[in-house]
Amino acid sequence: MPRSDTSPAISLRGVVKRYGPLTAVDGLDLEVPAGIVLGLLGPNGAGKSTTMRMLTAQSRADAGEISVLGYRIPRESKRARAAMGVVPQHDNLDEELTVGENLAVFAHLYRVPRAERPAAVRRALDIAHLADRRDTRTDRLSGGMRRRLLIARGLVHRPRLVLLDEPTVGLDPQIRQELWGLISSLREQGVTVLMSTHYIEEAERLSDEVAVMAKGRVVTRGRPADLVADYAGASVEEFPIRAAGAAATVEAVRSAGFASRRTGATLSVLRAENLPASLRDRLGEGRRRAATLEDVFVTLTGERVE
Amino acid sequence: MTGGTVRRSGSTARDEPGRFEFAPVAGVLVREWALFRRNWGPTTFAAVVEPIVYLLAFGFGLGSLVGAIGGYDYIEFVGTGIVGMSVLFSSMFPGLIDTYVRRVFRHGYEGMLAAPVDVRELVTAEATWIALKAGTYACAPLIVAMGFGLQPRPAMLLVPLVTLVSAFGFALLGIWLSAVVPSMKTMDYIISGLITPLFLVAGTFFPLDALPSWAQSLAAVNPLYHCVELVRSAAFGLRPAADLGHLAALLAFAAAAWCLAVFQMRRRLID
Repeated sequence: MPRSDTSPAISLRGVVKRYGPLTAVDGLDLEVPAGIVLGLLGPNGAGKSTTMRMLTAQSRADAGEISVLGYRIPRESKRARAAMGVVPQHDNLDEELTVGENLAVFAHLYRVPRAERPAAVRRALDIAHLADRRDTRTDRLSGGMRRRLLIARGLVHRPRLVLLDEPTVGLDPQIRQELWGLISSLREQGVTVLMSTHYIEEAERLSDEVAVMAKGRVVTRGRPADLVADYAGASVEEFPIRAAGAAATVEAVRSAGFASRRTGATLSVLRAENLPASLRDRLGEGRRRAATLEDVFVTLTGERVE
Repeated sequence: MTGGTVRRSGSTARDEPGRFEFAPVAGVLVREWALFRRNWGPTTFAAVVEPIVYLLAFGFGLGSLVGAIGGYDYIEFVGTGIVGMSVLFSSMFPGLIDTYVRRVFRHGYEGMLAAPVDVRELVTAEATWIALKAGTYACAPLIVAMGFGLQPRPAMLLVPLVTLVSAFGFALLGIWLSAVVPSMKTMDYIISGLITPLFLVAGTFFPLDALPSWAQSLAAVNPLYHCVELVRSAAFGLRPAADLGHLAALLAFAAAAWCLAVFQMRRRLID
């Protein structure tokens, strides 16, 4: 297996993972080139977290081939794990330890050489903007500080690849904003990032490419702007609908060859720039807006989450 | 575990990612040491004071009635027996309860296994740490018994070795069972159904020859019995042939418990 810089950082081919009767990942193909931020977008239950766990060999695929940084998983996973950083969805910091101790423990676990450990901890403290909290016990940190520490803990050994599993789930918008800056700076340093999220705005802002997952496989992938252009067109128009006539209206739009989705009290029609006058008359006064990745996402993954 | 896994030729059936390394064991021990520096007070208090209370209560309470057992003063007999009790309690409870809490509620092991640490290294490190603590604490009753007339002997320097090996085995037994039980509540079956008889049917407080023969046979497979026998040998005079047998029993127990603990923890942590 070549381990040159041109080989993908992550490659999954035909990967299947079953839990009893449930197939969580169903023939997943995904390649992540080195140096990009790839957003893995999908509703809950789409298989994002299972995919993340398979990359660290904490979940073993029932079929298919996985390689990470050129190492075959699970056989060579220990080497892969040494070269990547993982930021879990659930905060598992040691609450009784200080900020500095949490980082020092992972510097050991990631085998940072003894002489370099103090510098590695200092660097991680700077990344997390927690240099002045080094001796604070972790259970005294705010939610945003904890999440920054959790991310910095996964970076203490300067990994070439970082897995971020729902990095901002459940956080205030201000804190999410702050973490976005941190993630963007990783890309500037040439680190490959695979980030799962169900926040569409997050995926759109941070990702070079987005892969949309549904029911255990990738349904589409590309640059956010290209996906919007391909699936939702240049603009979307929202037409008011009443509950009574909604089904008939949706059907009329569909039979004219247009995709639409319910957006509260309105029906959003995609590619509205191409709407024929006849249909527009029937729909009434619309409000035009730019197409978003959310339109793509809901159109591809369905309006209902099972 | 995964079933019917399709993999390339060349990968091993058991699918071991890499060989056993000591660097991850050391890394996990660093974490334990950092945690211990925070809460050594209550841990040490409980582990040292409880067996001493037992020693004094039984030594004086029962000792005044019993006088001597098997040619020893009762406080000497019980002082060596309680070393075994201390080993059991301060290794099996942390193995069972702490490991369960860390795995199920704190998700700490998930974080470590995402680093270059494998399950068997993690299990080895956790058991080693518990054994180091329990093996040390368990010597306290012996020192207290010396204050009450137990004669110090050079062979007693072997006691820490005995307690360390025993505690390693019991820590692993606890870790295995922590990964077997479906919930915290079901640990009561283990505490009452296993730990209590292990603790009492080992020659700790009374000699086994008073028990019916079936109970004596059971005691022979109780690792704590072998631990207590070795402690008594060290305290009252070595019996090389018998002692090597007891030591072999303890080592076999630790090896079996290691395999069970690693197997079951892997089932729980890797899906």
